[in-house]
Amino acid sequence: MAASSSGAPSGASVNYPAGRLGRVVRWIDYRLPFVETLDNHLLNYPTPRNLNYWWNFGSLAGIVLVIMIVTGVVLAMHYTPNAAYAFDSVERIMRDVNYGWLIRYIHMNGASMFFLIVYIHLFRGLYYGSYKYPRELLWILGVVILLLMIATAFMGYVLPWGQMSYWGATVITSLFSAIPIVGQDIVTLLWGGFTVGDPTLNRFFSLHYLLPFVIVAVVGLHLIALHQHGSNNPLGIDKRGPQDTIPFHPYYTIKDMFGLCVFLLVFAFFVFYAPNYLTSADNSIPANPMVTPTHIVPEWYLLPYYAILRSITFSFLGIPAKLLGVIAAFGSILLLFLVPWLDTSPVRSARFRPVYRVVYWLLPIAVIALGWVGANPPTSGVVAVGQLATFYYFLHFIVLMPLIGKIERPRPLPLSIGAAVLGRTGSAGTAGSTETH
Amino acid sequence: MSDLAGSPGAAGHDGGTRRDFLTLSAGALGGIATVIAIWPFIDSLNPAKDTLALSTTEVDLSPVQVGQRLTVAWRGKPVFIDHRPPAEIKAAQDVDVASLRDPQTDAQRVKKPEWLVVIGVCTHLGCIPLGNKPGDERGPFGGWFCPCHGSIYDTSGRIRQGPAPLNLFVPPYQFTTPTALKIG
Repeated sequence: MAASSSGAPSGASVNYPAGRLGRVVRWIDYRLPFVETLDNHLLNYPTPRNLNYWWNFGSLAGIVLVIMIVTGVVLAMHYTPNAAYAFDSVERIMRDVNYGWLIRYIHMNGASMFFLIVYIHLFRGLYYGSYKYPRELLWILGVVILLLMIATAFMGYVLPWGQMSYWGATVITSLFSAIPIVGQDIVTLLWGGFTVGDPTLNRFFSLHYLLPFVIVAVVGLHLIALHQHGSNNPLGIDKRGPQDTIPFHPYYTIKDMFGLCVFLLVFAFFVFYAPNYLTSADNSIPANPMVTPTHIVPEWYLLPYYAILRSITFSFLGIPAKLLGVIAAFGSILLLFLVPWLDTSPVRSARFRPVYRVVYWLLPIAVIALGWVGANPPTSGVVAVGQLATFYYFLHFIVLMPLIGKIERPRPLPLSIGAAVLGRTGSAGTAGSTETH
Repeated sequence: MSDLAGSPGAAGHDGGTRRDFLTLSAGALGGIATVIAIWPFIDSLNPAKDTLALSTTEVDLSPVQVGQRLTVAWRGKPVFIDHRPPAEIKAAQDVDVASLRDPQTDAQRVKKPEWLVVIGVCTHLGCIPLGNKPGDERGPFGGWFCPCHGSIYDTSGRIRQGPAPLNLFVPPYQFTTPTALKIG
């Protein structure tokens, strides 16, 4: 599969405004290519003409990241990261600060929306083979973003210092006690004490403020890697020339704006009509180090990992169950790093892969099953479902992905994006006319 | 849209196209929505309800002797209460108002002549003037003296000498009973 030769156009193609303004912009661009970069990567950026709505979720995730940072910066102006005051300061935000309730509910539900969007983005990549050559590093950077998001979300959840904050922090940090020999020392180091306490809260607040900016930096790298070879597309074939692409603006700016409006409707529904639906009522009880809630659950977006952790109830190869569970939970994410090499098929899009196209759907089913398992108390039936789904999750990546690529006979690929979208008669000359409605 | 897809800029009735109208109206609505969305974030920086709830201070004046000066906190700032003796009142009333930098009669600055209530923050750069404690330097006009840059206030809290531009501010207050003062 050859690398696409149609990279970003050179600065020579930028349409600078005429007259004095044009001279000023040229002067700046010669030294700092602002308008040229904007033009090459947002306006005239050649984008596959056949992207469907699943391609909206990347830019949507970027917008939600900005919303999270803006609301988070404002919340930090009112929040007190001290075990004695944290809970009350959050209640003050909810009751006394002007629009504090709105800003906090946007931030709380924004975290859920961010994960929802990123999970859809991830499963889109899995379906259309967006991780394959030459986009392996693009995919890996995406998994790094996911890991940073999980760490950030977990630490953010601790800050309100409710019962679920406190005991969630206790349980998750205690995962590290499974590490042989040094485990307990590492946990003490994480806590800065002998339980989760004020030092833990302070460092979590510091890191919760830091990590989103690290995410912004990795998103920058993710975008640089994306624009090196351009977006993948539903056909999974490379763009070969101008007949395969349309300029990003206005076609995809307007499409992204429309998607944003639809998303904001969903977001606003949660913020205004069901702001606490996605969180646990136990977190409205102030943290009490003497009493554990009867049923500890993480937020929904971490349930599948939590279910994998709980599903390992047995030791294996001399590794105790506790350590094995931790390895499996972390491994379920780390495994994603290897996906570009686990998938042996040369064809990207599942559209042309008759076997993978069906088997693919077992993965989201297994993940949703794991989410259900994670949300329920570990009775024997629930544990059995969890173990089955965990087994399938790893089977899918480690066995089925490499195997299907070897045995499957892909359907023939279209000659080009343009030919597939416009029909054989389509040519570059009429390329602009089919995209208006 | 009736025009051909290849010519979206085709002129309408008044030289503008339907697309121009849609673009402008969508842009205008988007702009309004953005401003509305930004407002909660700005307003969240204003004083919160618990801060505003602390914005009145009640003072019992019954133990304050004639000639005694009292400092109370209101909104985190010192308020000077001066139970002025007749000599101070007379000095404040006898000033030629036209000669003042910030012309105000004493009557404009008090509700009862024996009680002067002013915010104890120098109108120059925010220091707290001396003169409210026994033994403090009060300056040549018997009022207050700001040690930072030498502003001098009289017994009505009016600026008489030094760099400050305005008289000491009079906070909103009322006498809820003859001996109970509510500031704010």
